[in-house]
Amino acid sequence: MAASTLTVPQPEIPMSLHLRGRVGMWSMIVAESAIFTIFVVAYLYYSGKSLSGPTPREVLEVPIFISICLFSSSFTIVMGEKAIHRGNIKLFTVWLFATIALGAIFVIGSFREWYRLIYEHGVTISSSLFGTTFYSLVGLHLSHVIVGLTMLSLVLIFSLLGSVKQEHAERIGVLALYWHFVDTVWVVVLSVVYFIAR
Amino acid sequence: MLDADSISKPMFVPPEGVQARPWLDRVHEWIVTVDHKKLGLMYITYGILFLVVGGIEATLMRIQLAIPHNHFVSPQTFNQLFTMHGTTMIFFAAMPIVFGFAVYLVPLMIGARDMAFPRLNAWGFWMSALGGIILYFSFVGGGGLYGAGGAPDVGWFAYAPLTSPAFSVGHSTDYWIIGIFVSGFGSIATAVNIITTILCLRCPGMTLNRIPLFAWLSAVMASQVLLAVSPLTAAQVMLMIDRYLGGHFFDTQAGGSAVLWMHFFWIFGHPEVYILVLPAFGILSEVIPVFSRKPIFGYSIMVAATLAIGFISLSVWAHHMFTVGMTSYANAFFVASTAAIAVPTGIKIFNWLGTMWGGKISFKVPMLFSIAAVCQMLIAGLTGIMLSAAPFDWQLGNSYFVVAHFHYVILGVIVFAVFGGIYYWYPKVTGRMLSETLGRWHFWLFLIGFHLTFDFMHVPGVLGMPRRIYTYEAGRGWDVWNLVVSVGVVFQAAAILLWVVNLIVSYYKGEVAGNDPWNAWTLEWSTTSPPPDYNFATIPVVRSRRPLWDLKHPEDPDWKYE
Repeated sequence: MAASTLTVPQPEIPMSLHLRGRVGMWSMIVAESAIFTIFVVAYLYYSGKSLSGPTPREVLEVPIFISICLFSSSFTIVMGEKAIHRGNIKLFTVWLFATIALGAIFVIGSFREWYRLIYEHGVTISSSLFGTTFYSLVGLHLSHVIVGLTMLSLVLIFSLLGSVKQEHAERIGVLALYWHFVDTVWVVVLSVVYFIAR
Repeated sequence: MLDADSISKPMFVPPEGVQARPWLDRVHEWIVTVDHKKLGLMYITYGILFLVVGGIEATLMRIQLAIPHNHFVSPQTFNQLFTMHGTTMIFFAAMPIVFGFAVYLVPLMIGARDMAFPRLNAWGFWMSALGGIILYFSFVGGGGLYGAGGAPDVGWFAYAPLTSPAFSVGHSTDYWIIGIFVSGFGSIATAVNIITTILCLRCPGMTLNRIPLFAWLSAVMASQVLLAVSPLTAAQVMLMIDRYLGGHFFDTQAGGSAVLWMHFFWIFGHPEVYILVLPAFGILSEVIPVFSRKPIFGYSIMVAATLAIGFISLSVWAHHMFTVGMTSYANAFFVASTAAIAVPTGIKIFNWLGTMWGGKISFKVPMLFSIAAVCQMLIAGLTGIMLSAAPFDWQLGNSYFVVAHFHYVILGVIVFAVFGGIYYWYPKVTGRMLSETLGRWHFWLFLIGFHLTFDFMHVPGVLGMPRRIYTYEAGRGWDVWNLVVSVGVVFQAAAILLWVVNLIVSYYKGEVAGNDPWNAWTLEWSTTSPPPDYNFATIPVVRSRRPLWDLKHPEDPDWKYE
């Protein structure tokens, strides 16, 4: 090895490759978007085709408060990212906690809406075509919120235990990317379910 | 730049007299491995295993159809056979084999030491493996609570409402859904991994303009998986909601639509063909230049054609649904897009011909398979163009003509290219050459068998024989053709047997290959055969598309002309 006449290799073109965490997450987001697209298409295609009531117009109320909470959580996680990039772990933990709290409000609010729909209006996943498409699409999004919250809570536990350092900023960034995706999907789901196909 | 000494020697050679480890230890190593080469080999071995299983199912069907009024299998069993044959071959033979090629070769070709996410790689493989086991467990577990069932019998595209609980009692269809659902997650994970590896782990100098075409085609294949397998996963979730939670997605009694399942299935189903054929094109694009002793003709055009195929293939799915009845606008759109995809595919054929043109062609077994694949691609493409015309499809949709057409693509192009690829890279993987004599027997027997079966299968289709019938009356003009088709299977089975023998015998007795038996140009041939765990002792630096040519011909390197 050492004896070989190895000219120190220099590529003639400087190469800067992307970070694999980000590329991997983006690829997953593409796949997830395809899954959501299919559910959104099914929702739009089936809107108004339900053979038994109630209709969405009769029972759905626009979830303004929890939507604002979810959208604000994108802002808080960006602030958290900025904090960890500067190495301010305490501030990062605070913003992370705020993100989780806002996400949790969204989950609780969604469950309250489901409770109302099920017990006051009798809309379940098997009661009508509207119920099937509604719970599938909103539930698919909600399950993504819960997955995101689980991952954020793990990071919170680690940062409270003191294991999160400035050098983890890039990984937090990848997680934040997922969280932004979950938020963006809510923009689509909210407009489709509560405005377009009402 | 590349230095022969520095890149080809393993850093650590175990001292003499070290005991071989016990077999359990070695099995354990394979089960817990995250090495892309071991996982690639497991993918391919697993795929070959299911190729043989799916082949046996096909053989049983051909025995049943060889003569009219045959009673070899019952109608129920026949339905299970074609369902299992289709599902197995697509999801558990073809997909694992093309993934295996990509996972094994891409890191070696781009000068990386492993995939971007080695553990995700292992996860992807084991999910696919689990999916196959779940599907085949249906043979014993499919009876379930209701006593009906066995293997699934709803056809590989499982049209609604046949899959609803009312028509598919028992659990056989559930095994089909969950098997594909689980392996779909494995496929998506591996696709994420392939894309990330190609974008993030290339060695210095390996720009996207220089990666081997196989890597380019794998990248496009992986993006197709992201965009096409995910919709199938979503559709399977809907089907599960219908079956387990009483949902109404595909339940026409509650306003649902059976046609929507068709759309969702074929949004996956047609790009899937390209998911399988693009790696096969990648293999052809590696083998043909080396055995023509010329660089690939029109590298950038090949890449552009691949991207075009990837893009157009996302908008052709409803040509599977002409017979369902769509508006004339929809028909016109899907006729046009389907016909349009022939253009980039044709460009590829011309580029391979351009590569061979004026080259010093050496007719070794990998090249024989590749040439056959190119010729058969032409014929498969031509029948594809015929079927893309909606009126023609109304006549022949769901007939044996369609069956012959898509088997021409899958066997004639994909399987032939995969055979060529295995003959080409086997020396790299094992360190030994496959027997050339057995290989020629394999090639000619398989070629004869393939053409006997699938050339003549077009005819009963034109004569009106529908697919998926378990028997037929004598005197409709289908008898002779079906017999010839079934006779072809004998040749193919013999060829596959010889191939498996060759794979096993050559592993122990084959001629020692050395690092670079074909005098090739891509990076995988610069390391030892088999490659060490870390692939390259020092990460190579490349300056052209053919780094090994530059190394072998310092007086006339490629990079002078780029």
